[in-house]
Amino acid sequence: MPAAAIEARDVGRRYGRRWALARLDLIVPEGSFFLLVGANGSGKTTFLRLAASAEQRNRGELAVFGQDPARRAENLRAHVALLSHKAGLYEDLSARENLELLAGLASMEPRIAEWLAAVQLEDRPDPVRCFSAGMRKRLAFARLIAQRPRLALIDEPYGQLDPVGFDLVDGLMHTLRDQGATVVIASHLVERASRQADTALVLHQGTPRWQGPARKVPAAWAAVHRVPA
Amino acid sequence: MNQLRWMLYKDLLIEWRGRARVAALSTFAVTLLLLFSFAVGPDTDALRTHAPAYLWLSVLTASTLLLTHGFKLEVESGAMEGLLLLPVSPRAIFYGKAIANMVLLLAVGVVALLVTLVLFDVTPRENPIWLLLILVLGTAGVSAPGTLYAGLTARLHAAQMVLPVLLFPLVVPCMVAAVRATSLVLGGDAMGQLDSWLWVLGCFDAIYWSLCGVLFGKVIG
Amino acid sequence: MRKDWALVATGFVLLAIGHGLGLFFVPPEAMMGETGRIFYVHVPTAWNCLVMFLIAFVCAVMVLWSGHPKWDARTTGYVEVGTLYNVMLLFQGSIWARPTWGVYWTWDPRLTTAAVMAVTFAGVMVLRKLIEDPERRATAHAVATVVAFVNVPVVYMSVKWWRTLHQDMSSPSTVDSVMHWPLRTAAIGMLLLGVGFAMVRAELERRRIAIEDEAPELPPVPNPLEV
Repeated sequence: MPAAAIEARDVGRRYGRRWALARLDLIVPEGSFFLLVGANGSGKTTFLRLAASAEQRNRGELAVFGQDPARRAENLRAHVALLSHKAGLYEDLSARENLELLAGLASMEPRIAEWLAAVQLEDRPDPVRCFSAGMRKRLAFARLIAQRPRLALIDEPYGQLDPVGFDLVDGLMHTLRDQGATVVIASHLVERASRQADTALVLHQGTPRWQGPARKVPAAWAAVHRVPA
Repeated sequence: MNQLRWMLYKDLLIEWRGRARVAALSTFAVTLLLLFSFAVGPDTDALRTHAPAYLWLSVLTASTLLLTHGFKLEVESGAMEGLLLLPVSPRAIFYGKAIANMVLLLAVGVVALLVTLVLFDVTPRENPIWLLLILVLGTAGVSAPGTLYAGLTARLHAAQMVLPVLLFPLVVPCMVAAVRATSLVLGGDAMGQLDSWLWVLGCFDAIYWSLCGVLFGKVIG
Repeated sequence: MRKDWALVATGFVLLAIGHGLGLFFVPPEAMMGETGRIFYVHVPTAWNCLVMFLIAFVCAVMVLWSGHPKWDARTTGYVEVGTLYNVMLLFQGSIWARPTWGVYWTWDPRLTTAAVMAVTFAGVMVLRKLIEDPERRATAHAVATVVAFVNVPVVYMSVKWWRTLHQDMSSPSTVDSVMHWPLRTAAIGMLLLGVGFAMVRAELERRRIAIEDEAPELPPVPNPLEV
């Protein structure tokens, strides 16, 4: 049985008096493709941020590659990459400069042309400030794949993209898998995302409602939203 | 070290791209100098005597705009979080930003100094090279705690209000030393006190550049 | 009686004794005469102001080190009592300055840095009010306290670094022996009073945080769904 990339037991995170995520148990095997679905505010983003050590959980146990992200953040961050709602880009720098900065800080070889080609972005001198939302998303993806993470956490991979972009993203996620990465995505494009993933979890108002093979997600989603909360 | 170099490069490049902002800050500082002259009146002796004070007050006031803006850029697009998750050491982020802030503030200070010399009709009695050293040490003294506090208040709504409340009392020793040192260079240092004031500035900088670097990681956590 | 209120009561008694002796019974100071009696009020306040800020500093370091909320509550208590003493010492200083130097306020470095200290820590208190998230608030408050405290030695050393109108640092060697006991009693009284009040304030803060930050009930364990 492959080692677990993520193991969560009774994980909870609250903001003030609201539990954004609670009672979460899951195991994401290494090398697999895991899908989190849920409506806005269901806790998907929260979970991704916890796994990325961007936030701390309030209860439960969480292990990423066997280590607690709350305590071993420094070690884990080198192997985990998060693509969040905010693109994490410097608006006054160009796409190339943002990637060069990434390469320099992470002591990587700067293969800018390759990374930009992978996301079908032109190497323009314009600052990111002039980019459309779709272009920003592509650059954020370039940033992600450049890091060659062991665990890729992607929040709404299809957000802000057109159908051509959707195909691109599917291709990128395959590339990540081919590189041996574990991919966890959160999406509310249920139909499309469930075709890519191995296993899935449906979240509703912060709590897990169903877990199982990804192909059953559309039915599970419908069931969750039929059953009163 | 490598990360520090890249952070510094990034901050200076961004400021170079937006160099209109530095021009705006310098104009702001110069406007303050003019306002001081109008507030005090046409008493040229008083203006000449207090010119160092007006200079440093202008630089200090301009610093708050510079400091809050710098972190606004980091927080608005999640760029800082992106860096922390790479991971980039918070110390590299701090020193890169603090040095960049210091360089920018120094640029504003040089402009303000030149305008001060002209506007208040002052000729340095001691070697003017000392003025540059005082500017470097003084802006360094504002930049280190300023960067720490700007990071601390970045996510608050009232960031621009709170930063001066926290920063200004803290940099009083630095301001006192900088103003006194500047006065001695401009008005003559008959009793050889300049060294002591430079020493005070140096100690202030040493303390805050080390302390704030250590604390920054906790603040942006 | 609770420990903190016991401290307050003991402190108050000692302070009353110290002040009573100093203000009414001990012979007047050689150079300053009757106005010098404020010495017994002002000097303990000044000493204890610094002590309160020192304790606040230690508590702030513990917040950053251990993150346990009790240290955050204690930091709050000692910062507030320290600031109170600081403001009191400025008022007392003015009352002393008027008959001695003819003005309520001078820009003498010692007084000036004490005023700066008061404003600095007032700023720290303001910061606390502006942050809602408890963890962030505790960290920010602790960092601001640590940095503000670095300012405190500047006050302590200012007599040595700058020429000053203010009296040289009072210590038993510069003070006549008959003045030792009222001074020491008042100083210890103020210390106990300050620590007692700080502990009361810390307890209040601890309870407020516990109520405010009380974890709400967890949602029920969801029923497994069959698909």
